[in-house]
Amino acid sequence: MLCDICNKKKASVHLTEIVDGQMAELHLCEGCSKEKSVQMEQQFGLADLLAGLADFGKHQATPEETPLVCSNCNLSYEDFRKFGRLGCSNCYQTFEVHLAPLLKKIHGSNKHLGKKPLKVVVTSQNEEECVNANSLKQLLSDAIEREDFEDAAMLRDKIRELENEGGE
Amino acid sequence: MNLDDFINNMGEWLKGTGPNSDIVMSSRIRLARNLLDKPFPGKASKKEIVEILSVIEDAMHKIDYFKGSGFFKISELDNIGKQFLVERHLMSHDHSTNVEGRSVVVSEEEVLSVMINEEDHLRIQVMHSGFDLAGAWKIIDSIDSALSEELDFAYSPKWGYLTACPTNTGTAMRGSVMLHLPALVMTKQINKVLAAISKLNFASRGFYGEGTQASGNFYQISNQISLGQKEEDILQNINGLIRQIIEQEEQARQALLLQNKAMLEDKIFRSLGTLRSSRIISSQETVELLSMIRLGVDLDIVNDVGRKDINQLFIMIQPAHLQKIEKKKLSAADRDSRRASLIRKKLGGK
Repeated sequence: MLCDICNKKKASVHLTEIVDGQMAELHLCEGCSKEKSVQMEQQFGLADLLAGLADFGKHQATPEETPLVCSNCNLSYEDFRKFGRLGCSNCYQTFEVHLAPLLKKIHGSNKHLGKKPLKVVVTSQNEEECVNANSLKQLLSDAIEREDFEDAAMLRDKIRELENEGGE
Repeated sequence: MNLDDFINNMGEWLKGTGPNSDIVMSSRIRLARNLLDKPFPGKASKKEIVEILSVIEDAMHKIDYFKGSGFFKISELDNIGKQFLVERHLMSHDHSTNVEGRSVVVSEEEVLSVMINEEDHLRIQVMHSGFDLAGAWKIIDSIDSALSEELDFAYSPKWGYLTACPTNTGTAMRGSVMLHLPALVMTKQINKVLAAISKLNFASRGFYGEGTQASGNFYQISNQISLGQKEEDILQNINGLIRQIIEQEEQARQALLLQNKAMLEDKIFRSLGTLRSSRIISSQETVELLSMIRLGVDLDIVNDVGRKDINQLFIMIQPAHLQKIEKKKLSAADRDSRRASLIRKKLGGK
């Protein structure tokens, strides 16, 4: 069987395509199949799917609004929508308002219940989360357990500081 | 360890042993991890990518599990070498392109492999033969913990492990099981099974990875959801689903034996006859025929061929493997003839 596209080489890849509800079979040689798969990816990729989810029910950014850009890696929210990939861990904080509902749509939940690293580095981002989740104390006992007293002392001071603030 | 060492030793996951190894080829878990505040590979500059690679490799050298592992820089591999690692399921096709600062680390017996600087800084994978996600989890969990003592991972108490793609955020874990389901295909029940799988938020892929169609009646089933559940719970859900599919396949096999034994035996022995005699054969045809022989071995219809040999052939008949074995570049026509001769040798043909 010859390739349906170039009609020259032997077809070795067999594709089933559904266009407008009609099923069509395509028999392609190795070269043409590679080109075809690139085309198909360009037509409809994960980024499109994510972008669709991300903006579901949200208003479009108007030109007057300052574009949302990650201060660590310079990725803009527009680019995230285009490519479907975040640029660094800090993007999660920068785009939090958009990501929280997106994660919920993808996973049905936006609360992590799984494993945590043996060593959690306290950043401004997760410090805030920890306070909200009241789990700085958990981090402290983790630090003591692994005998990381430097981290433990820092966490102890932070807890004191926060408790004092709360009392005022 | 260099690539040529792999040729004579196939991966542990192809042994054809372990629980339910008649229907389950292998179980695999992968974890995605990133370094805190470092740009993800897609956003990092060349210089940053090279630095990230060296930080990760330095950390690995301090960990016992990686002793004796092969460290392969993708930029130092030729095209056949790159494709060879893809064919062995040790790295993705994507990882073999855009090679600067990328590497793959492979343990002895190929149980553990790590892609560095693919979509995430680390993609850690553990593969086991048979139906054994629990065993794979035990290994990957301790490797991940050891790595997390050396490296600062991007992690948020609220959202878990932070990954380049939000579809992986949370546990950043994908568990997958490779199933051989010829009887469900022959009895035309497979589409019902696949529809149920996708309704339950699991994904199904072919033997040769993401984006491939099912071939040789192999289906790789994996979880889609990675956030909001504990790793153990995700794996248990996969286990529950896989157990049901195994049961369905067993029933379909029994039904075929009861109702169509002569037809089944005919199909299996014709497949064996073809593979033992052919002089020129494509990989597509080979895979379909090997699938029938594997079924014959499982049902004790064929007893002079081992499951391990069949499993290994699924890997060895691929283009880069044939060229590695022959130690030279082969045209497509040459490969079809070398493939036929390799199969005859392995299956005791003439």
